[in-house]
Amino acid sequence: MNVVEDTRRGEVTVRDLSKSFALNGQRLPVLRNLQLDIRGGEALAIVGPSGCGKTTLLRILAGLDRPDTGEVLIDGHPVRGVGTERAVIFQEPRLLPWLTVLGNVSFGLTVRGLTQAEAETRARHYIRLVGLGDFEAAYPRQLSGGMAQRVGIARALTVQPEILLLDEPLGALYAMTKLTMQEELTRIWREEKVTMVLVTHDLEEAIYLSDWVLVLPKAKGALPRLIEIDLPRPRDRSESRFVAMRKRLMAEFGLH
Amino acid sequence: MTFQSLDSSPVASVEVPPGAAILRRGAVAARTKFNRYGLLLAFLAFWQIGSTQGWINPTVFPPLDKILAATWEGLVGGALLDDIAISLQRSGLAFAAAVGLAIPLGLFMGQIRAVEQALDPILQFFRQTSALALYPVFILLLGLGEASKVFVIFWATLFPILLATIGGVKEVDRKLIEMAATFGASRTTIFRRVVLPASVPSIFVGLRLSATTALLLLIAAEMIGANKGLGFQVMNAQYNFQIPQMFAAILLLAALGLTANALLVTLQRRLCRWADLTH
Ligand SMILES: Nc1ncnc2c1ncn2[C@@H]1O[C@H](COP(=O)(O)OP(=O)(O)O)[C@@H](O)[C@H]1O
Ligand SMILES: [Mg+2]
Repeated sequence: MNVVEDTRRGEVTVRDLSKSFALNGQRLPVLRNLQLDIRGGEALAIVGPSGCGKTTLLRILAGLDRPDTGEVLIDGHPVRGVGTERAVIFQEPRLLPWLTVLGNVSFGLTVRGLTQAEAETRARHYIRLVGLGDFEAAYPRQLSGGMAQRVGIARALTVQPEILLLDEPLGALYAMTKLTMQEELTRIWREEKVTMVLVTHDLEEAIYLSDWVLVLPKAKGALPRLIEIDLPRPRDRSESRFVAMRKRLMAEFGLH
Repeated sequence: MTFQSLDSSPVASVEVPPGAAILRRGAVAARTKFNRYGLLLAFLAFWQIGSTQGWINPTVFPPLDKILAATWEGLVGGALLDDIAISLQRSGLAFAAAVGLAIPLGLFMGQIRAVEQALDPILQFFRQTSALALYPVFILLLGLGEASKVFVIFWATLFPILLATIGGVKEVDRKLIEMAATFGASRTTIFRRVVLPASVPSIFVGLRLSATTALLLLIAAEMIGANKGLGFQVMNAQYNFQIPQMFAAILLLAALGLTANALLVTLQRRLCRWADLTH
């Protein structure tokens, strides 16, 4: 009897995945023959120089774009488009300007058929979770960039996805808020038992949050590398093994 | 102690007699009112005094009290009520028909690229062709009665609403649509919950433009081959050299325009509270 299989939901498998774009009449290869296995409940960070295909990979995982070849499997089922077991947190908050914070956070739930009242009850929980309890009635134009991004995070969490796909979600945040949100994301990840795929340009953030770091190279011929972050949690940024790991990751980019 | 409490404590300790505060607030309100309407009042005062003193020709510009008296007489005596009713009916019918056709059509056309691209050249052509220039054509087709009058207003008001609606739909942020799609929203849900609300401000731009156009075309249509309506009264009073009556009709037309705009602005404020409305 296999007990493990039931709890391991949110498993992501990427097989032979390639994607190129048309650029000035030529093909620009972005992802080549990528293989990846993420077990349910794991956290993977994707890092790499700008333009290396991080967003492209995330969009394919989300089902928003299709690969040229290869496939993505979620719990063994091939991805054919967006799916209710996945939620995306985009680089920009993408809030609906005519809805309040509460309306925006309820949006995903009402789209999925919950009544407004049910949706709002659940939305309120996540609004408090991201620390915006006092801003339920505010409109997006009244929020700072960081607050707006937190609304986007809350909105994605409401639908209780198995897999959370995040594209540099904290990139625009103020340094202190960023640290708090990293802690929050770790807590959410642990409590909600989601699989997390996080694109980031912040190596420290990658080490702090994830079990694995996928380094996508930009140079032709270079291969993607998968590095395990085998550090105990909760993680301490100043601890020696953390620092050593950061050095190792920086070396991947030729930095010291 | 927080910054806020530091900030507010001196203010709280200053004793302000309530009466003085009210007076001061009243004075501020009066000043903003004056800034806004001061020039208009000066203009009206100049008209009134200039006309009674003979600085300007009182037969062409009768004093305001005469114009107001003629307006009052026309309204209370009932002579102008019929004209107001028929003018409202013509422009209202045409405007309603234009709204009823242009908004659904625009929402549809804006969504489907092929349709929009196929129809855009002809729309641009019709828009650039003045409705007034086409009025003789409409008269030929529909006769000199109500139909051609309503139709010319309808025609002129249709295009601003249609083009604004199409523009609004086309300019909806694709990223918002994609966001909705990631939650599994269907095409209809995306239309209802993203495209439609996002287009409302643009639709209102079209509506307000059309309301102005409706009035313009109403007056023009009523000046040609009508025997009722405010536009007709302007013309008719001028023929009969009843200058105060002429200005009374002009005044009522202006009031009609202002009311229509005020109604639309109120509706817009209510529907687009979220947008940063500066006007
Ligand atoms: N829709 C598209 N059409 C053409 N080129 C694209 C498209 N999306 C991404 N690209 C190109 O693919 C490369 C990878 O882009 P992206 O995945 O956004 O990089 P990043 O790692 O910075 O997120 C870039 O060179 C970009 O110009
Ligand atoms: Mg990117």
